[in-house]
Amino acid sequence: MKPAAFAYAKAHSIEHAVELLGKHDGEARLLAGGQSLIASLNMRLASPPMLVDINDIAGLDRIDMTDGHVLIGAMARHADVERSSIIAKHAPLISRAMPHIAHAAIRNRGTIGGSLAYADPAAELPACMVALGAKLEIAGLQGRRVVAAEDFFKGMFETALGPNDMLVAVHVPAATAQTRVGFEELARRHGDYAIVGLAAAAQVAGAKLSDVRLVYFSVGDAPVRARGAESAIAAGDIDGAAAALSKDLLPTADLESSAEVKLHLAGVLLRRVVRQLQEARA
Amino acid sequence: MDAVVGKFGIGQPVRRVEDQRFITGKGRFVDDVTLPQQAYGVLVMSPHGHATIKSINTKAALAAEGVLCILTAKDLADEKIGMLIPAMPEDFGAPKGYRASRPLLAADRARCVGDRIAFVVAETEELARSAAELVEVDYAPLPAVVTVEQAVAKDAQKIYDDNPGNIAFIMAMGNKEKTDEVFAKAKHVVKLKINNNRVSANSIETRAANADYAAESDSFTLYTTSQNPHGTRSQIAGQVFKIPETRLRVISPDVGGGFGMKGSVYPEDALVMVASRRISRPVKWTSTRAEALLGDAHGRDQVVTGELAFDDSGKILGIRAHSMHAVGSHVTAAAFAISMFSVKLLSGVYDIPAGFIFAQAVLTNTSPMAPYRGAGRPEATYLVERLIERAAVILKMDPIALRMKNFVPKSKMPYTNTSGIVYDSGDFAHVTQECLKLADYDGFKKRRAESKKNGKLRGWGLAYFVEEAAIFNDRMDLRFDPSGQVTILAGTHSHGQGHATVYAQMVSEWLGVPFENIRFIQGDTNEVPMGRGTYGSRSMMVGGNALKNAADQIVEKAKPMAARMLEAAAGDLEFKDGKFKVVGTDKAIELTNVAKAFYAPMFLPKDVGVGLESAGTFAAEPPCYPNGCHTCEIEIDTQTGVIALVRYTAVDDVGKVMNHLLAEGQVHGGIAQGMGQALMEHIVYDNSGQLLSGSFMDYAMPRAEDIPDLGGEFAEVPSTTNPLGVKGCGEAGATGAPPAIMAALLDALKPYGIEEFDMPATPQRVWAALNKASVKAA
Repeated sequence: MKPAAFAYAKAHSIEHAVELLGKHDGEARLLAGGQSLIASLNMRLASPPMLVDINDIAGLDRIDMTDGHVLIGAMARHADVERSSIIAKHAPLISRAMPHIAHAAIRNRGTIGGSLAYADPAAELPACMVALGAKLEIAGLQGRRVVAAEDFFKGMFETALGPNDMLVAVHVPAATAQTRVGFEELARRHGDYAIVGLAAAAQVAGAKLSDVRLVYFSVGDAPVRARGAESAIAAGDIDGAAAALSKDLLPTADLESSAEVKLHLAGVLLRRVVRQLQEARA
Repeated sequence: MDAVVGKFGIGQPVRRVEDQRFITGKGRFVDDVTLPQQAYGVLVMSPHGHATIKSINTKAALAAEGVLCILTAKDLADEKIGMLIPAMPEDFGAPKGYRASRPLLAADRARCVGDRIAFVVAETEELARSAAELVEVDYAPLPAVVTVEQAVAKDAQKIYDDNPGNIAFIMAMGNKEKTDEVFAKAKHVVKLKINNNRVSANSIETRAANADYAAESDSFTLYTTSQNPHGTRSQIAGQVFKIPETRLRVISPDVGGGFGMKGSVYPEDALVMVASRRISRPVKWTSTRAEALLGDAHGRDQVVTGELAFDDSGKILGIRAHSMHAVGSHVTAAAFAISMFSVKLLSGVYDIPAGFIFAQAVLTNTSPMAPYRGAGRPEATYLVERLIERAAVILKMDPIALRMKNFVPKSKMPYTNTSGIVYDSGDFAHVTQECLKLADYDGFKKRRAESKKNGKLRGWGLAYFVEEAAIFNDRMDLRFDPSGQVTILAGTHSHGQGHATVYAQMVSEWLGVPFENIRFIQGDTNEVPMGRGTYGSRSMMVGGNALKNAADQIVEKAKPMAARMLEAAAGDLEFKDGKFKVVGTDKAIELTNVAKAFYAPMFLPKDVGVGLESAGTFAAEPPCYPNGCHTCEIEIDTQTGVIALVRYTAVDDVGKVMNHLLAEGQVHGGIAQGMGQALMEHIVYDNSGQLLSGSFMDYAMPRAEDIPDLGGEFAEVPSTTNPLGVKGCGEAGATGAPPAIMAALLDALKPYGIEEFDMPATPQRVWAALNKASVKAA
């Protein structure tokens, strides 16, 4: 054991979890899959006074279809989402993104709620949720509320979640026969944090794409919609879309890649993803 | 008996007997050892690359919950604790250098990030970590010198005030005058400056140490993750505590990977001992991964300028080089070996009439250096092979033809190289031909065209290496017990190599005893009479031949007893398939039964002692010269710079192979490490000496999916320097892979006019080079 001392409580319901959070002035942290939290505790980058374990809350891991939406409970493990036939059929973008999320061992423990609430700018799922126009269901001391994915991700590790809030589920509009999706990611090695990634969704009408949503990750503090490129793609202008990226994205350099390189790679991914969007649905 | 020997005999691909234990989590590593009343230690490490330590205040930390003691340099001075003193070239007759010994804890100056400042011991590891955060150290940062070129620059910051210039030691080999003369007259001179990147071993098991002091006998037991427990005992007892070795027992039980990094003593090994003596409780320290990247010794980090001189026909006339190897903040015990092997093997596998190398080992404000899989041999190979590839471009010759023209021919064996080293055997041209066949070299052009169709650049690369394997002498004991079963007591140390399997195979074949009944003991100075551990690909040559010597002695010792039991003359006996037979009769007795007779409680013959055992010895004098041809193909996505290693074929001459499965495993692991160095791995410090690659998010190790199926075979050219005909195989892959992969990369980049590239060839750097080249072309 490497972390500093902390208290631990096991929540038996969503309401109980929120109540426990409320008792610690927003200093307590929820323990879901622990794939980011435990590492930061071990490295002593975080030392919350209390962990509220939500692993035993019944039903929090369900994956279901309701009213034309796919419901994914916050405690659904990546591995279960990856293998879910409901997800494969009704939210194929998530299925495509899943193998890029770290490694099998991490996907066995890590949860969809944990990943979304953590809001790592290099993570795949936040971008997927924005691309899909998903809605995130939040439980707080004042009850439940629903926030659109685009409004949920505020910045680097920052979300619409307040200190006493808990992400309960995500509702993803189910794909129709006209839905097309695309996903590409460049990482140093498969499973590493993305250098640049792109999650995309669109509706197909004849030979044209409409409602194009191109959401980049690892190029800013949060998922970034490339709106200029989206319009260009809808107009069938791929070169114009690539050119628009220089205005849509403002990538920052990291240890390995300069901003220029990231912008170039974003363009490479754009062409590859658009090709996927244009493919007939399997 | 024949069936038993057949299945488990020498050469058979017997699966490791260790695997069941390791794979099911039943291994016993140092961190698994928890003793009654166990206390835990945590290091306070320097956050500065170079700083004066103005003061250390431990008051708040000492008052923290659960704290048992805190050690600083002052405490060590009070207890007259000595430093870790390295071997230096001057001890072997070379010019005097600067012996930068390492204190267990820094007193007034921190010389690298991760330098040990204090050691906090508490009831639990968490409490020790919490208390360590309360140790207040007042640092006054100093300018840092991080690269060898910064360190040797005029008026560079001194790392040790009495050592201007920051040189630790120098070495030179060859004939300077003759070489300069050859270069003056040469038709072509090819010159390269290359950077051999700094890497970290990153063994899966991080280092750990647990010391238990026994006041009643004033003696210590130390569990430590060492490749060399007896050497650890000698160094700690002799240098640090200045006590007889009988008062220190060192146990290195299961050790999860070493690669040279666990070959020498670290401050923590002795700090746990000082602390245990002070608090009269066992004290355990286990490195975290972050501490490992900061505090483990690193490898490589060499800047070298080399030249080849050619005549008109492409024959090499001479080689010369000036190399600078970083040694880091202090000189570790075997750091000199890195420079030594790199100068010894300067001329590689080529028949070169004249050569000279001048090597400088340079102190830097970085983690110290230790031998790392190959230790200087990969550096030497990388230089000469890159020079050959460059020469092929300049001389407009095919690189394979250029090598064929210059290889030391088999007919010239034994061959003395430019540094005076004698290669006993090798058939480089033949091994190359075999490798080209296996690699389907003829099909490369077609594969390249295929890649081009998919928008990818494909490159082919070949490298040929020779290395010097095995060093020092060693001892292997065989001991029968009263039930007639035998135990191997190994002076070598397996930390992943599979010695328990291969040594048992050998003993089973030689003595005809059942494989599954042979017990294997290593890594405990109380159990194993003497040993020198495992590094430098030494176990099979030194340990294997010592074991053969021990087995031969057993047969000789047992023969008179067998003769008595068979009522025959010893001269009439032959030993075969585990039995002594009276020649020409069907009278025979099994060795295991003869062994039992040595344990008879009474009526032993007067000239026979109780028990059947032997101590075998062998010395690597001279050592052996494994060599091999490594070829590979890479594909580059020009849009992203992403590189894929798509084919790899190696033919290694490792002499006679004792277990093909284990030998292949050694080569495969080495290739993965070499591939890591070539394409991903890089320890990076900023100019103030901060470590930028301090976690596995920033330091990339190759993974299974990055490695293609590895093809190849062994060319078993027996070594003439030892009875078994074996050559070391542990370092082959890490030596052959980097130059082969970089040759393939440069081959792929040739259409872009890119002629030089330093490791690691990350996608970002490849893309940047491609982009720059295309821009230039446009």
